[in-house]
Amino acid sequence: MVKNLYKYRYLLFEIVKKNIKLQYRNSVLGVFWTFLQPLLTTLVLVLVFSNIFGRSSEEVLNYPVYLLCGRLLYEFYTQSTKRAMRSIRLSASVIKKVYIPKYIYPISNVISTMITFLISMLVLVCFILYFQFFTDNPVNVSGYMFLSPVPLLILFVLCIGVGLILSVLEVFFKDIEYLYDVFCMLIFYLTPIFYNVSQLNIESKLVLTALKLNPLYSIVSMFRSCVLFGRMWEWSDFLYASVFAVVTVIIGAVAFYKKQDKFILHI
Amino acid sequence: MKETLPAVKVENVSVLFNLNKEKIDNLKEYFIKLVTRKLHYTEFWALTDVSFEIMPGERLGVLGFNGAGKSTLLKVVAGVLKPTKGSVKVNGVIAPMLELGAGFDMNYTGRENIYLYGATMGYSRKFIDSKIDEIIEFSELQEFMNVPVKNYSSGMRARLGFSIATAVCPEVLILDEVLSVGDAKFKKKSEAKIKSMFDKGVTVIFVSHNTDQVRRLCTKAILIEKGKITASGTAKDVCDIYDEKVNKKK
Repeated sequence: MVKNLYKYRYLLFEIVKKNIKLQYRNSVLGVFWTFLQPLLTTLVLVLVFSNIFGRSSEEVLNYPVYLLCGRLLYEFYTQSTKRAMRSIRLSASVIKKVYIPKYIYPISNVISTMITFLISMLVLVCFILYFQFFTDNPVNVSGYMFLSPVPLLILFVLCIGVGLILSVLEVFFKDIEYLYDVFCMLIFYLTPIFYNVSQLNIESKLVLTALKLNPLYSIVSMFRSCVLFGRMWEWSDFLYASVFAVVTVIIGAVAFYKKQDKFILHI
Repeated sequence: MKETLPAVKVENVSVLFNLNKEKIDNLKEYFIKLVTRKLHYTEFWALTDVSFEIMPGERLGVLGFNGAGKSTLLKVVAGVLKPTKGSVKVNGVIAPMLELGAGFDMNYTGRENIYLYGATMGYSRKFIDSKIDEIIEFSELQEFMNVPVKNYSSGMRARLGFSIATAVCPEVLILDEVLSVGDAKFKKKSEAKIKSMFDKGVTVIFVSHNTDQVRRLCTKAILIEKGKITASGTAKDVCDIYDEKVNKKK
């Protein structure tokens, strides 16, 4: 599989390039939407939730930055997995005609979303700089920021795994597209994006476990530790998220490998 | 000796399709049918026990009526479809030319599509760079290279696809009724191009309903009926049998 991927690396590169190039083609502002979209949606969330959850505290520190961290990661997760899910069916015309390793499609979609996501991280940088120099509510800038690629890498691996699983499911049951939309909404509320768990005073053990079982919870917490709070992440988060991501990739790869020859009969 | 290896070797290939009476593609239906045991499939053997060999430089014509299994056979040879039984061995680079332009992205410009299509066929960037002038020139689409392919006419699209696919000389070439691309002028040009590839010793699998073309272009032929090879031999013999069957049907 690895040797095969090396042979088709140029195709992978071309599809990633195509996805990025076509995403903003024909829109007036073009690539600026990678910054504008997270900026504007974050503003909406800040407006809506700042009265309820916005009190900067030790757990939140700086609400706009807190919110942006969570939203950017969540957006990357949902966008990349949704695109990967549809990728096989959308490439049906090619898959039916020419032999190419099919896993290229879900993987390239995750990679291209990752690249636009990394570009949109500039918004986060701007936010941090703004609060650093123009307000008295700065973020804890520290050397831990250099560790922030680690949670992003875990997230990337997780997205590849989930993307592979979903793309297989979608070929056989198109309904998964609608189900997954609902699931993503659930994830939005299960991940502390606009709220902080300790503010909610949740007493039910069940809800707390449900929250912690969500790997995005651990990944977002890790990311915020590095970027916002300037401290080391909780090692339990690291362990849980990375094991979860690796297991997901293995399941995804096995499912994909076993089912890929049947794709052509269903698309 | 390396030369004696067949370019394409198809051994006892059978392909089974499950034809469900209606297409089930949502979970609810699937479970209901699974529980009520109504998940019946009609088994359909698109190909049964097909074997043949093509030596390098030979040109095989594949004849058969609609639905006989020709396209399935090509898909198996191209490696897109895995046979249920049997095996296919191909020595060398195989270039499928099935429905030209299938790998295009409609929002991409002509030039961008050349790179994308080339990558889909497994070529490297360097290689496409070295061939791009030739491709553009052959397609005669110089002025349209920066126009999105969605604005092309179907003839232009096919011309571009043909030019990319024939820019390389692969070892095995699959032609699925593509010699009817574009206007009369381009048709002549494309036939000449294919002939020149023949002269270089390319192995060809050629699918057509036109026995004149098969007689002209192929060295040997097979006739497929209901998934089975019913005749094989020289192009002339098989074409005669095919023509006879066509006349009988009338």
